[in-house]
Amino acid sequence: MGHDLSDTGHDTAHLPGPSLWPIGFAIGVACLLLGLVISWIVAAIGAVLAVVFGLLWARDVTRDVRDEVPAIEPETRAVADAAAAATPAATPAPLPTYTRSRFLEASTLGLGAAIGAVVTLPVLGFMVLPSFTNLEEGEADLGPIDNFPKDKFMIASYLANPTAGEVTRRTAFVRNNGPSESGEPSFTILYSRCVHLGCPVQPNGPIDEAETKNVNGVELRPVLAQSFGCPCHGGLYDAEGNRQAGPPVRSMDRYAFSIKDGHLVLGELFAVGNVSGTGANATISRYPWSVPGTHVDGIEAWLYPIVPSQVTG
Amino acid sequence: MAAKSKKDLLVENAILAPLDWVDERTLAVRGTKWFLFRNVPRDVSWAQTLGSAALTAFIVMAVTGVILAMYYEPSASIDPVSGKSVAYTSIESITNELTLGWLVRGMHRWGASVFIILLFLHMGRVFLFGAYKYPRELTWITGVLILVMGMLMGFTGYLLPWDQTAYWATVVGINLNGTAPFAGPWLGQFLAGGPEIGSTALAKFYALHMLAIPGALIALIGVHIYLVTRLGVSSPPWSGEAAGRERPPVEPEGARSGLVRGTGGGD
Repeated sequence: MGHDLSDTGHDTAHLPGPSLWPIGFAIGVACLLLGLVISWIVAAIGAVLAVVFGLLWARDVTRDVRDEVPAIEPETRAVADAAAAATPAATPAPLPTYTRSRFLEASTLGLGAAIGAVVTLPVLGFMVLPSFTNLEEGEADLGPIDNFPKDKFMIASYLANPTAGEVTRRTAFVRNNGPSESGEPSFTILYSRCVHLGCPVQPNGPIDEAETKNVNGVELRPVLAQSFGCPCHGGLYDAEGNRQAGPPVRSMDRYAFSIKDGHLVLGELFAVGNVSGTGANATISRYPWSVPGTHVDGIEAWLYPIVPSQVTG
Repeated sequence: MAAKSKKDLLVENAILAPLDWVDERTLAVRGTKWFLFRNVPRDVSWAQTLGSAALTAFIVMAVTGVILAMYYEPSASIDPVSGKSVAYTSIESITNELTLGWLVRGMHRWGASVFIILLFLHMGRVFLFGAYKYPRELTWITGVLILVMGMLMGFTGYLLPWDQTAYWATVVGINLNGTAPFAGPWLGQFLAGGPEIGSTALAKFYALHMLAIPGALIALIGVHIYLVTRLGVSSPPWSGEAAGRERPPVEPEGARSGLVRGTGGGD
């Protein structure tokens, strides 16, 4: 006799009627996502479809609600306004009045919010800000440039902060390109972290361990490599750091460098959209450093308008 | 009740009087009865136990996690004796040296996978039975949030052993967060906590893993179970019985009010 006990109606009353618009909306969203990969025309069509069908759907769903918006009488204080109601036409609209209890309520909430903010904001700041402030990394001296034979890659590896241990190890692939046309020394210095998701990229070639040098804490190992590969997801780069295969979204990051007293000094890291040409004659499209996996050029770069400038591994 | 002997009544009094006293002030006994004694559809099956199973897995996680926290040290600095990091050394010690540490760590490590698997099975059951429909939409939404929290637990917990797998998987995970549009790079750098993923990231992940996310998870589970209790278990889609039965009153007619005796002072 379950039917006798059932509470009729209440489990269907709030169900919206059947509607076809969600299907159109879903197709629009799918087109939009597909278009992000294929072409912006498809994306635009998808966006239009999604907006149109989304609006139709919203109109459909909210029809019941919109139909029965009751005319709401302005709130009045019945007792106090009873006298005024007798002569409604003559008096101008009364100024809004605040009762004592409303005032106390507002002031309690306001004070509570103020106290909460005073306590919370510094704490939130402490939680977030240390990740973004006082992180400047000094320059790194890789030793005399005589240690870098022409047109050969050297793996230069050092600890940026020796007390913090191996997690601060920085590795760069350094190639002396010889003097450029203007006579300036030219180096190609690729940062070892993959621009896909930050794994350590390895040179594809034999390392001459016998020739390993240690110059003031910087380990230098010659390697015969014309490409670099990432062990995590198969990213592959050529000798200029351009992507050849796999998931990376830009060319390998590079270090700016300077020559001081005949020493090669690493400066700041920067992101590279693409490199055309090779060695000293290469044209490098240089961008401020951004986290791995983010585009620095093309339409996708619009997704990352402002990025923190600090290098993270 | 007249059949009861005087001694029985005395014993009953001795047990029930304090419970009544508590119930009158807190509703604790009536609340417990409201939680436990409810109608379920006649045709429920083992499929409806997946939620309880996931809850059990979570309780195992919570208990073993608290105990592991007594022995684990979230420090990336190098232990001068072993030459390895303190975190990894403490994990080694839990696994290889401390009595039964291997068991508790194993329960926590493998139980984490069990928890996630049970969440998915539970979610699949609810989806296939249509149990997310009116009036249980919010139960579904809190359940999805529980799944998200469970995955965050997996992400933050994976780093803690501080071995090569943990480290590089987390590097990838943090950079993956970093590729989200607009806020992604900021989120990635917040998680990394500095120029490299080091001791600050380890401590941050530990704090999130054992304090922040479990707090949110427990609150969500509370809301989820409250909603399940309030709205009842749904019938399977093939059920012949009508849905929407009213739950019986907490104190059925004829039963004595309060816990079982007296009128109490509450409602």
